[in-house]
Amino acid sequence: MNHPEIVRYIEKAQQAQMTEGEIRDALFRAGWVPGDIIEAFQSVKGSFASDLPAPRHNTMISAYGVKKYFGDVKALEGIDLEVPMGSVLALLGPNGAGKTTLVKIMTTLLSPTEGSVHIGGYDVAREGSKVREIIGLAGQHAAIDEYLTGRENLQLIGRLCHLEEDRVKRKSEELLQRFDLLDAADRSAKTYSGGMRKRLDLAASLMSNPQVVFLDEPTTGLDPRSRNELWSIVKELVATGVTILLTTQYLEEADHLADQIAVIDHGRLIAKGTSRELKSMIGGEILDFHVTRHEMIHRAGEAIGNLGTEKPRIDEASGHVTLPVKQGSQALIEAVRRLDMAHVPLEDIILRRPTLDEVFLKLTGHPAENEHA
Amino acid sequence: MHNAFPDTMQMIRRNLLLYFRLPQLVVFSSIQPVMFVLLFVYVFGGAINTPGVKYVNYLLPGILVQTVLFGSMMTGIGLAADLSKGIIERFRSLPIWRGAVLAGRTISDVIRNIFVILLMTGVGYAIGYRFQGNFGDALLALFIMLLFGFAFSWISALIGIAVKDVETAQSAGFIWVFPLVFASSIFVPVQTMPDWLEAFARNNPISHVANVVRSLSLGSTLEKGELWISFVWMLGLVAVFAPLAIKKYRKAG
Repeated sequence: MNHPEIVRYIEKAQQAQMTEGEIRDALFRAGWVPGDIIEAFQSVKGSFASDLPAPRHNTMISAYGVKKYFGDVKALEGIDLEVPMGSVLALLGPNGAGKTTLVKIMTTLLSPTEGSVHIGGYDVAREGSKVREIIGLAGQHAAIDEYLTGRENLQLIGRLCHLEEDRVKRKSEELLQRFDLLDAADRSAKTYSGGMRKRLDLAASLMSNPQVVFLDEPTTGLDPRSRNELWSIVKELVATGVTILLTTQYLEEADHLADQIAVIDHGRLIAKGTSRELKSMIGGEILDFHVTRHEMIHRAGEAIGNLGTEKPRIDEASGHVTLPVKQGSQALIEAVRRLDMAHVPLEDIILRRPTLDEVFLKLTGHPAENEHA
Repeated sequence: MHNAFPDTMQMIRRNLLLYFRLPQLVVFSSIQPVMFVLLFVYVFGGAINTPGVKYVNYLLPGILVQTVLFGSMMTGIGLAADLSKGIIERFRSLPIWRGAVLAGRTISDVIRNIFVILLMTGVGYAIGYRFQGNFGDALLALFIMLLFGFAFSWISALIGIAVKDVETAQSAGFIWVFPLVFASSIFVPVQTMPDWLEAFARNNPISHVANVVRSLSLGSTLEKGELWISFVWMLGLVAVFAPLAIKKYRKAG
């Protein structure tokens, strides 16, 4: 959405011979969102618009050709990404794929060996301090001070973000309430459960009202209930217009939260798209069953051989068969019918979503290995 | 840069608050020097000859220097703890002055050292130690000890950032300090050592600082040379190790 006030301001400022950087800073300090500023710049006729950094329409995160080498280790080998304002991008991949390295580059903690990253129009390499003004980071560990209370943790971050004192108080109360930590606010964070720590950590990353939030494996190690709580918090955040980049090892999580999924493996993007696009790429659903008598497994394989999008995978030792299928429920009915006709007794049979392993197997030809596990 | 002061103050406040919340940390790190005092005064003291000076009056200034030195090793341990918990990453993603974490850490350890010096002086008074200089001497002695602790805090900071792990920081921080402390004039006059060791001990910066603090404490004439050498050592250490620590910190995480 275009803001005529910003456009008018830019035009006046241009007449007053202000530089593009000064105008951008002034607008930013006045509380305008970088995306709006960029957009306004684009609609102003004049010489400025041509040399704006990364003047992509509404793009809050953009990465072009990002490479990162640690000596001989190639952590990232050319990543291109764009995340529109107010959307969620999930970076999906196994441990050691380069997800965290990319997040560190985007949050100015590491500099890329090659390539460029812009956050809200600011270059992470040259305008790191501007980037840090508009981002929030919740890393893999819950980065909280255990011997401070929940409230003190939030207030510390608020003060370090240079919020006014009454704003620090108000914002920390608001977040404590929103993240269901008010009752525990005066207890030292040492007494918090894993889920509470993650919530406090996420709350800390939101103290400065960031426009772009990075969540590095936000739910790893959480029990299902805490994970669901975190998911709903993320959804609320997006609803307020925040742009989110999150990393995850779980397809289900990416599926649940993300507008776009980028699959990363060995430092390369191997697939990018909505969860629907990705799923159609890997063939819908998986038919998954165990035969009661293992010696009948090949007969079962033959019976359902042409039902799926690929050949069935057969594990003789466990009597386990999996088969990627397109029209899931129809394929299930057909499979049960054929197996019954072939007199193959089943222990169980289910229809399920592909796992990350299966996505990887399909996309890369190798399973998702946990290099650091 | 314009936020250097408020950001550093916030970091100092945080670090001191954490020390305050963990009194056992301060208590246990103070028990060790107290035991050293008791051990040397009552067990070894009788066998150590310090002509013209009561041994406790000889020893205590040295113990204060040792305590400050050990206290400065907390800098690296604290940084390693923050690094391993991802807290440094969080700080580095905030719009704060980039030097605030290290400056805040080293300065809070200076403040902590003030408390430890006062505590140890109190213990000394209880077993017969007396400061014999004037008020100005006391202030100068305090200043030198704090500067000494500050200088070694930067070495400790470099170690802490490099190892990124509390246990390693603990052992790596102390392993090289122990020989330096014992091969110095902290516990015994260096003249009593074998020649090769005496040569080392005489030129050990810890000896220079201990000698200066001891002269001030005994109210005897201060050798200007010792004072200058001490200052040169301390400023030199800061000049070398602060940039190294800062460089390492910028790449940490």
